[in-house]
Amino acid sequence: MAKTVRILVAKPGLDGHDRGAKYIARALKDAGYEVIYTGIRQTPESIVVTAIQEDVDFVGLSLLSGAHNELFPKVVELLREKDASDIIVFGGGVIPTEDIPFLKEKGIEAVFTQGTPIKEITDFIEKRLEK
Amino acid sequence: MSEYKTINEKKADWEESTLKKVLDRFPEQQEEFVTGSGHPVERLYLPSGISEEEYIKKIGFPGEYPYTRGVQPTMYRGRFWTMRQYAGFGTAEESNQRYKYLLEQGQTGLSIAFDLPTQIGYDSDDSMSEGEVGKVGVAIDSLKDMEILFEGIPLDKVSTSMTINAPAAVLLAMYIAVAEKQGVARDKLRGTIQNDILKEYIARGTYIFPPAPSMRLINNIFEFCSKEVPKWNTISISGYHIREAGSTAVQEIAFTIADGIEYVRNAIGVGLDVDSFAGRLSFFFNAHNDLLEEVAKYRAARRIWARVMKEKFNAKKEKSMMMRFHTQTGGSTLTAQQPDNNIVRVAIQTLSATLGGTQSLHTNSRDEALALPSQESVMIALRTQQIVANESGVISTIDPLAGSYYIEAITDRIASEAWDYIEKIETMGGMVKAIEKGYVQKEIQDSAYRYQRDVEDGNRIVVGVNKFTVEEEPPKGLLKVDPSLRTVQVEKLARVKGERNNVAVTASLKALKKGAESEDENLMPLILDAVKKYATLGEISGILREVFGEFQESIVL
Amino acid sequence: MDLVDKVQSGSIRGIARTISLIENNSPQKEDIIDELYPHTGNAMVWGITGPPGAGKSTLVDCLIKRERKQGRRVAVIAIDPSSPHSGGAILGDRVRMQKHSTDEGVYIRSMASRGHLGGVSVATGDAVKILDAARYDTIIIETIGVGQTEVEIIELCDIVLLVLVPGMGDEIQAMKAGVMEVGDIFVINKKNRDGADRLKTEVEYVLGIKNALTGEEPNPVLLASSKLDEGIDELVEAIHDYLKKAQATGRFEEKRRVRIEKEVLKIFSSKVHELLNIHLNIENNLGEWISSILNGETAPYKLIKSKLNRFVKENEII
Repeated sequence: MAKTVRILVAKPGLDGHDRGAKYIARALKDAGYEVIYTGIRQTPESIVVTAIQEDVDFVGLSLLSGAHNELFPKVVELLREKDASDIIVFGGGVIPTEDIPFLKEKGIEAVFTQGTPIKEITDFIEKRLEK
Repeated sequence: MSEYKTINEKKADWEESTLKKVLDRFPEQQEEFVTGSGHPVERLYLPSGISEEEYIKKIGFPGEYPYTRGVQPTMYRGRFWTMRQYAGFGTAEESNQRYKYLLEQGQTGLSIAFDLPTQIGYDSDDSMSEGEVGKVGVAIDSLKDMEILFEGIPLDKVSTSMTINAPAAVLLAMYIAVAEKQGVARDKLRGTIQNDILKEYIARGTYIFPPAPSMRLINNIFEFCSKEVPKWNTISISGYHIREAGSTAVQEIAFTIADGIEYVRNAIGVGLDVDSFAGRLSFFFNAHNDLLEEVAKYRAARRIWARVMKEKFNAKKEKSMMMRFHTQTGGSTLTAQQPDNNIVRVAIQTLSATLGGTQSLHTNSRDEALALPSQESVMIALRTQQIVANESGVISTIDPLAGSYYIEAITDRIASEAWDYIEKIETMGGMVKAIEKGYVQKEIQDSAYRYQRDVEDGNRIVVGVNKFTVEEEPPKGLLKVDPSLRTVQVEKLARVKGERNNVAVTASLKALKKGAESEDENLMPLILDAVKKYATLGEISGILREVFGEFQESIVL
Repeated sequence: MDLVDKVQSGSIRGIARTISLIENNSPQKEDIIDELYPHTGNAMVWGITGPPGAGKSTLVDCLIKRERKQGRRVAVIAIDPSSPHSGGAILGDRVRMQKHSTDEGVYIRSMASRGHLGGVSVATGDAVKILDAARYDTIIIETIGVGQTEVEIIELCDIVLLVLVPGMGDEIQAMKAGVMEVGDIFVINKKNRDGADRLKTEVEYVLGIKNALTGEEPNPVLLASSKLDEGIDELVEAIHDYLKKAQATGRFEEKRRVRIEKEVLKIFSSKVHELLNIHLNIENNLGEWISSILNGETAPYKLIKSKLNRFVKENEII
C-alpha cells in the first residue's frame, strides 16, 4: 500500500515572517508530499488539532521570534496528551544552536536552521519513514 | 568626414580584436552575469549620449526636482545621515539602558523595537503572548512602561522612530503623553511612526484590523499630526520588508511607491489637502548585497516619487515631492555560518545606502541570524557607519556615482520597470485591490522561490553557506531574553491596573468605542485620553478589534 | 474492528486514520466501509464549487458558523489539485476556517485530487461515508469547478452551491456551456463589487431558459459577501428550504438512488475488471497479445472475444 506522506507546516505564535515556511511548503510539494499549510498566528492547540484531523506524518514548525523554547515543546506535549506522539515534529527558523539540545530533549526530532538545503529535510523525512 | 570613429564603432573594433583574443583563451566565468535581483548585466557600459536637456530633466541637481541626485542640496557635506540603530528587548528598563548606551556611543536618533504582542495589540498577560513577551523588542503594556522606556531621555533633544504599525496611534499617543510629563510641547516632537499597514498585509504579518478601518486610523493620524505634531513623520512607507520577503529591487520600490499612492489617494479622499501631509511622508528601504544595483534603485525611487506627486497628485510644495528615506541593511543576507563575515557584508551595504543618499541608516549586527544583537555586536555595527562617514571619503561629494555609464543605465532600467508595475497596479484599482487579488504576494513569492532555488542549486553563491564552508563551533555570547520576563511584566501590569482609576478607564474606553463606531470621528484625542488614564494597549486594541474586526490572510503559494 | 469503533465513537484520531486508509486504498478499506455503511445516510451533504478566487473557503467558514449555531456537527472536506509533475500538493483551504479548529463539533480535512480529474478525489465519496457514520450532521465538500470535467461533485452531494464572482469575464462563458447544470443554488459572492447585480441577472437569464425547457422551478440565485458575512443567513435558509422541498417531493430519495446506482455500477465494473485482470493475467500477457495483432495472427475484437469465451468455458459459467 503506497502511502502518500502528509506534512503540516505551521507557524506558532505571533511571528509573521512566512518566507521560509512558504518556501519549505512549496519545496516539499515539489518533492511529492502533500503539505497542509495553515498560515501565521496558529496556537499550539490549533496546530495539534489540525495535525490529528489531517492525519499528518510530520509537523514542521517555523518560528523567527525567539519563542521556540516555549512554543515548540508545547506542541509536542499536546500531541502526547492526545495520544498522537507518533507524529514527528521538526522545526526551523531563527534558533540558536545552543537551544537545539533542549528542543531535542523536549521531543523535537530535528531543527533545520537557515541555509539548510531542502535535500537535508527530505532526507530526514525519508529516513524517518523507513523506520 | 571625421577622422575619429564613433564610440560604437570603436566598441565593435574592441570586441573583434582585443576582447576576442582574451575570450578565445579564457572564457568568462559565467554564461550570464546578473544583478542581485537577477537582472542581466552587460560586460561594459558606455556613454549614453544624453543631452544637457535630458540631464536636467532626468538627473538634475540635489535638492531639486526630480531629486534623482538627492533631496538635500548639501547632503552629507551639511550633515551626516542619522545613525539610528533599531533596538529594544525585554523590559522597558533594559531597553532604556541600551538607548542610553547607544546615545553615549554617538548614535544620533532612537529607533524603538517593540515585541510582537505589543505590535499586535496584546498585553503581556494575554494567552496569545505566550513565549513572545520581550523577545523581538520591548514589551509595552501601558503608559507606565513608556515612561520607564524614556526615563532620562529628553524628548525635545532626540528624534525617535517607532517601528509600530497596527496600534501606531496608541504608541504615538503614549509618546506624546510622556513628552507632556517631561514638559515638552507637542510641536517640538520629532520622530517617525512606521504606520504602514499595507506592507503588513503583503510581507510582515503584524496586522490587526482589515484594510478600511486601518486606513481610517492612518488618516486620523495624518490629520491630527498636521495640526498638533507638525514635525512628526506620520508614516514610513516601507519596502524593506517586501525585499526581505524575497522581492527583487524593482518590486521593492514599485510596491512601496504603489503603497504610497494608495495612502495619499486615501487621505485626499477624506478631504485632506495633499500639501498639508505629504511633506511628512517618509520611506524605508533595504540595503541589499548588490551595491551598484542598490545605488541605482534609490535614485530611481526618488525620481519616480517626485513624478508621482507632481503629476498624479498635483503637489505644489517642494517638500511634498521629496522622497526622504531611512535604510536598513538587509537582514536576510546575513548568515548564521561564520557570523564575522556579516560585518563585511554590512559594510558594503552601508556604502550602497550612503552612496544612494539615505537620510538615516540602521546597520545590522553580525549576530543577526542568531539572536538580537549583543552590546559588542551592536557597537561594531554603529562603528561601521561612523567609519564610512568619517574615513571613507564618500561623503565629500554628492551622488558620486552619477554619470557612471552603468549606474545611469540601470537607474533608467529600474525606474522604467517599476513604472510598469505601478501602472499595472493602478489598472487593478490600486494597491488594496491588488493585495486582495493576491497579485503582489504572488510576485514576491515567485521571486523568493527563484532566489532560494538559485542558492540551493549553487547558481547564487552565499559565502560560508554553499561555498567556502567550515566546521564551526556554535557562537558564544549571544543575547538571551530572560524567560521569566513575562511573569515580571504580568505583575507590573496587575499593579498598574490596581493603582489607576478604573472608573475613568472604563469611561474613556466606552467613549473610544463610540468614536470608533462613528466613521467620521478622529480617534487620536480619544486614544490619548485613554492612554493618559493608563488604559492598557491590549484594552484599547481590544475595543478597536471589537468594532473593526480582524484581518484574515489569504494564502498565496 | 477497532477503527470502526473509533469512528462511531467520534474519536478524531480514529476518523482521521480511517480516512487515510481509504485515501491510500488500503486492503482494509472495503471491509471498513461495509461495516460502517449501515450507520450512514443521516448527514446532509453540501457541495461548494466554483472558480478559484470566488471566496469559497471564506463562504464555508460562514456556513460552519451558522450550522454550529443551530447545534449541528459539521465536517468539511476541502479538495485541492495535486501537482501533475511531482504528485505533491499544497492544501491551504483550511486557513480560512482555522478559527473553528478548536471547536470539537467541527472536523476539517484537506484532500488532494491525486491525479483524479473531476474536481474531487477518488476517496472523497468514501470519506463522506466515514464522516456520516461518525455522526456529523452536515458535511460540506469544497472543490474547484472551472470546466465541464469538474462535475463529480453532483454525484456526491444532496445540494450543490455554485459560487461565482463578478469580474471573472470569460469564465461566465465557460459556465454557460454546461457547468450551470451543476448548481442547485447559485451564489454571487463579493456582492459589493461592480457587476454583481449584472452577473445575477445574467445567471438568472440563463437559468430561466434551462428551467423553461425542463419545467422545473427556477434555481435560487443569491447575492452574498462571505468576507463581510452578509447574505449568509438568507443563503442558509435557502439551502435548508431546498433540502426540505427535495425530501417532500421525493427528489431527494431519487438523487440518493441515482448516487447508489452509480456507485454500485462503478464498483461492479472495477471488480469485474480486477477479476478478469487476474484470471486472464492481462498484465503479463498484454505484450504477447499486441505482438500477435501486429504480426497479423489475430485482430483486437477477435482476440478479446476468444479470451473471454475461453474464460467462460473454463469456469463453467454458462
